[in-house]
Amino acid sequence: MDALRPEGVREPLAVAAQLPPPVRRIEVAEAPTVVPPPAAGNGHAPVATGTAPRLKQLPRAATTPVERMRTEELSIAYGLKLAVNEVSLNVRQGEVLALIGPSGCGKTTLLRSLNRLVELTPAATRGGRILLDGEDVDGYDVTWLRRRVGMLFQQPNPFPMSIFDNVAYGLRERGSKKPSKRELEPAVTEALHRAGLFEEVKDNLDHPALALSGGQQQRLCIARSLAVRPEVLLLDEPCSALDPISTQTIEETIVALRSEIAIVIVTHNLQQAQRVADHVAFMYLGDLIEYGEAEQVFRSPVAERTREYVSGGFG
Amino acid sequence: MSTHAQTRPAPGLWERIRGNESWSIGDRIGVGLAWGAGLLLCAIAAAIVLYMLVRGLQYLSFSDVFSHPLPGLGETGGGFLDPILGTFVVAMLGTVIAGPLGVSIAVWLTEYARPAWLARAVESGVEIVAGTPSIVLAIFGLIVFQQSFFSFLSPTGEGATPLGRSFIVAGAMMSLIALPLVVGATREALHSIPRHVREASYALGKDRASTIRRVLLPASRRGIGTGVTLGMGRIIGDTAIVFILLGATLRFEPNGGLPGWDLLTGNGSTLTTYVFHNSPAGEGGQPEKAYAAAFVLLAIVLALNFAVDMITRGRGKSWTH
Repeated sequence: MDALRPEGVREPLAVAAQLPPPVRRIEVAEAPTVVPPPAAGNGHAPVATGTAPRLKQLPRAATTPVERMRTEELSIAYGLKLAVNEVSLNVRQGEVLALIGPSGCGKTTLLRSLNRLVELTPAATRGGRILLDGEDVDGYDVTWLRRRVGMLFQQPNPFPMSIFDNVAYGLRERGSKKPSKRELEPAVTEALHRAGLFEEVKDNLDHPALALSGGQQQRLCIARSLAVRPEVLLLDEPCSALDPISTQTIEETIVALRSEIAIVIVTHNLQQAQRVADHVAFMYLGDLIEYGEAEQVFRSPVAERTREYVSGGFG
Repeated sequence: MSTHAQTRPAPGLWERIRGNESWSIGDRIGVGLAWGAGLLLCAIAAAIVLYMLVRGLQYLSFSDVFSHPLPGLGETGGGFLDPILGTFVVAMLGTVIAGPLGVSIAVWLTEYARPAWLARAVESGVEIVAGTPSIVLAIFGLIVFQQSFFSFLSPTGEGATPLGRSFIVAGAMMSLIALPLVVGATREALHSIPRHVREASYALGKDRASTIRRVLLPASRRGIGTGVTLGMGRIIGDTAIVFILLGATLRFEPNGGLPGWDLLTGNGSTLTTYVFHNSPAGEGGQPEKAYAAAFVLLAIVLALNFAVDMITRGRGKSWTH
């Protein structure tokens, strides 16, 4: 890859570089196992009846989920390498959707396609459709789409400016200082409250954001995303760089947000998926293998590969 | 085993130089030479600083620093106030031009760089400018700025041809010396910003321009500062461009009547040419003044290097990749 790239042209391919080395492709021919919710499903997950040890789990969504985004036979390739293969998924407001699967299974690529961030990789090509509220995302202005579909990254990445300015960043027009600090104050304060950070930083809003701890930085990044009032929030392994306490705070924030915002989380941490997710999609080598309610996927997976993965068989 | 842990005494200097018992003769000679080279360099640096310190303090007087040189190049007497100010004027002009230009080039190379052939061409251009001896830049500048199109930038001689020598002209060519340093340091700083930081800005619905302005450039402040300061040091130390492009005079010789502009389009000198003209290498009148001026020059450059150290040290909080 490097040899083909002209000297000094660096931008393109960090994503490609982050991908794991090519894995031997195993044919996974079966159609994804999509388990329909139980007939009596009113949004509440069934009570677990299995004998498997029960992990601590945050309360399930209480409201009826509303579909916000949908992918239809979405395929994404980097050059010749197929990263996502004809995946159809629903993203609903009122619940948390977790994408799980081993490294290189395409879950991050799928996530990044939802706000069209994957387009920043020149080699990436896409087939199928992505819909936001029933409209093709290609029809939206990309900056507008990204304001409606926020994203949180694996590494906390506050900008080199004050805590206040970080949260206000998305609210200001094209990098100018307007609107003024006073006008933005209520929105910034509210976003910090919702991200559960306000009490810790309320006296230091003008301090540099990079001086915060890792967990606080990540919550600041949540506040920064929430400030622009997104309708969908994409989380790419948001806790993998954080300690357990920060992780817990962020998970609680995620669960608290799901009634107002549709949330998709990519995670390697199965316990985390179990704690926060209402629906789980298991991906393997670009294919969607199984999609269903969290309880079902973890307790009685239908596909053999899902069973192996959630029981720690591989990955 | 752990109870028998032996604490070996730290090896002395000689043991360090001699190396390990098991080493071959060639390795020992290599290690010895490496040590010798390092020590020699320290000795040379110390000798230069000490010698200039002694000579400088011996000959430097406040009256020199605050008095004008005599008009003629060969005359003895006078101070070097004009060359000191001239040094700063040239350094300021050079960095004021090279700073924004260099940062722009670095941003374009790191964030845009399309089409690829143009990016390669720009990179080569920067490398060529970096590798061109300043005397060549000086001659080239003279040819360019002697065109009548540029007559407003320097005093005009007979037949209305511009002289092609002024502070502006010297500053413009000096900026080419600083430019590669600014480009290099800024690029390095931009490269060190993780990709996900840019993406975080895009994910908030920002375009590339506001990401650069509000996130990437503020995050590169230290790198830019380092590049500009290093460039300033190079400008202050350069002789050839001043010698050719600032006119054969030690005093400020304004051109025209517009205050400020008359100075910039006029002639003058800097510490480097002052040292040259007064040392036995040039007109040779007053070596003691040359020593004193050289000491001031060295002090300025060392102060700038120290500033670079301060800028780069304790790199503030940053992101993980």
